[in-house]
Amino acid sequence: MSANTPTVSKTAEALPPPTERYSVVRWLHKNLFSTWYNALLTIVMLALAALLVRGVLEWALAQARWEVITANLRLFMVGQYPVMALWRIWACVALLAFLIGMSWGIWGRMQRGGAIAFGALPFILAIITSDESSRLALIITGVAGVIGYALSWRWGAALQRVSIIGWILYFPILFVLVNGFGAEESVLPTVPTNLWGGLLLTLLLTVVGIAFSFPLGVLLALGRQSKLPVVSWLCVAYIELIRGVPFISVLFMAQLMLPLFLPGVTIDRVVRAMAGVVIFSAAYLAENVRGGLQSIPRGQYEAARALGLSSWKMTLLIILPQALRAVIPILVGQFIALFKDTSLVVIVGLLDLMGIARTVLAQPDFLGLQAEVYTFVAFVYGVFCYLMSAFSQRLEATLHAGR
Amino acid sequence: MNANVQSTADPIILCRDVHKWYGHFHALRGINMEVRRGEVVVVFGPSGSGKSTFIRTINRLEEHQRGQIIVDGIELTHDVRNIERIRMETGMVFQQFNLFPHLTVIDNITLAPIWVRGWTKAQAEEIAMQLLKRVGIPEQARKYPGQLSGGQQQRVAIARALAMQPKIMLFDEPTSALDPEMIKEVLDVMVELAESGMTMIVVTHEMGFARAVADTMYFFDQGQIVESGTPDQMFGDPREARTKLFLSQVLSH
Repeated sequence: MSANTPTVSKTAEALPPPTERYSVVRWLHKNLFSTWYNALLTIVMLALAALLVRGVLEWALAQARWEVITANLRLFMVGQYPVMALWRIWACVALLAFLIGMSWGIWGRMQRGGAIAFGALPFILAIITSDESSRLALIITGVAGVIGYALSWRWGAALQRVSIIGWILYFPILFVLVNGFGAEESVLPTVPTNLWGGLLLTLLLTVVGIAFSFPLGVLLALGRQSKLPVVSWLCVAYIELIRGVPFISVLFMAQLMLPLFLPGVTIDRVVRAMAGVVIFSAAYLAENVRGGLQSIPRGQYEAARALGLSSWKMTLLIILPQALRAVIPILVGQFIALFKDTSLVVIVGLLDLMGIARTVLAQPDFLGLQAEVYTFVAFVYGVFCYLMSAFSQRLEATLHAGR
Repeated sequence: MNANVQSTADPIILCRDVHKWYGHFHALRGINMEVRRGEVVVVFGPSGSGKSTFIRTINRLEEHQRGQIIVDGIELTHDVRNIERIRMETGMVFQQFNLFPHLTVIDNITLAPIWVRGWTKAQAEEIAMQLLKRVGIPEQARKYPGQLSGGQQQRVAIARALAMQPKIMLFDEPTSALDPEMIKEVLDVMVELAESGMTMIVVTHEMGFARAVADTMYFFDQGQIVESGTPDQMFGDPREARTKLFLSQVLSH
């Protein structure tokens, strides 16, 4: 070894990273007032923001006539769903709270703060509301949620299967309860779909849209990659045709054409709208899923084949789980778009949340209250979209654990 | 030399005049090879010589267009059932490991035994744990592949292939993607496997491994077998100039 080889210390000590002293003044200086023009920009923006906030608050607290919302709250929520049958909707809500509580306790133990806030919501609403029966229902909902959460804390992973079965069973139960069956005098008389409305209808359209268009979209994406030319050609034709047509025309087609194609069969108007949503959404989902499928490296297919897996086992066990995971954010984006697009069913005469908003505005007592009504509608849409997006982020974090 | 090699009368793999084209490129130009039960074969040669393509035709990851390949008495044809039967008897280890990143180590290993062989989960996990002990990483069973080093991942890949209890193991450059300090841990597992009597075809540039365990070595160049023989013949007295040149390049550093 030559003489000028640098000496190496025995063991290089592991040092903590350099810390930055953190104070409010320093932060302000660094981020907002670092130069004279940044300082100017900060002041101008603050002034603008103050003006805006003041304007909004003045309107919201002093001028806005929110009684248009409170007086029509039931319409906004469930449309003309009969009051006598409202307990069925509440039962669905309470069951949903129970399932959410249970799942939260099983898979989301880390988010305790969120769980408390979410669990407190029905109780807070129960205090605010002036309607006695709603208060009772809200309290039952809250208690159902708390019980679900407590059960899962006590038994945890043992309830995983129960809760998955619960979620799968929830959707048939939901439809039996909302739709009902049998005659006028029976326990669950049928509620005709023309009475369904408001947020209830919006959510039902969304849930059915997602539940059916998702598997259909996956099948279309797989079909598009098929080696059988007929299958892949049909899938491509379907996807490109639907993607080349506006949603409104698909809705109209579903309303007008389905009865023509299926003469003699009367299909409910709401079901026709649901079919339109599914047909439209599936084509977009198929393209999103295809993106995921194409992101899977060749080696995964080869490893699966080399182990002797048949094509469909390879697809179900190896390819799809990875492909779908890769596109969760895009899929949820698509679901959020679907949720908002359901507002277009107004065009075919259904009274979803947006449709109800328009009928409320047509009432002589509440003429000219567009600002209040549309603000409220936007708020409701916003809350649900936020929940979907927050859920997708949690899902992603959970599924990417250990990677 | 391997004492487990059985008589030449009963080749477990038989390749006769195997040809393969990629478009107009003639990748395999008449490969003839016989592998006996328990034989350890090392295939080596310059990149692009067709050695990876060849090993992948044996379990039909690549399709040969002319000639005959018979594995354990089953001829590879377009018949899907034959292909799946051969794949069940043939384990494969890849250069890039190709573990399933969404599954834990143990689930990677038990997947095929459960879904292809139809074992119960408990049965498959028991075998999987034995295999993980054999490759020296039982403590990693519940981790995901992304949490392991390259050498550990490749050892999991070997365990995954062995879990199907194959009669033949194919290794396609198993150490080429590894950092130098991890090559040994993988080679150790392969040496142990060779000594246990497994029939193996190994595409590799690890000449130390070849010298230690190979029964027969094949030198590939331009889609052909240039020369074959025992390691002693190959290292001691290669006949062909191309073999000499290649070996001198590989062994010089």
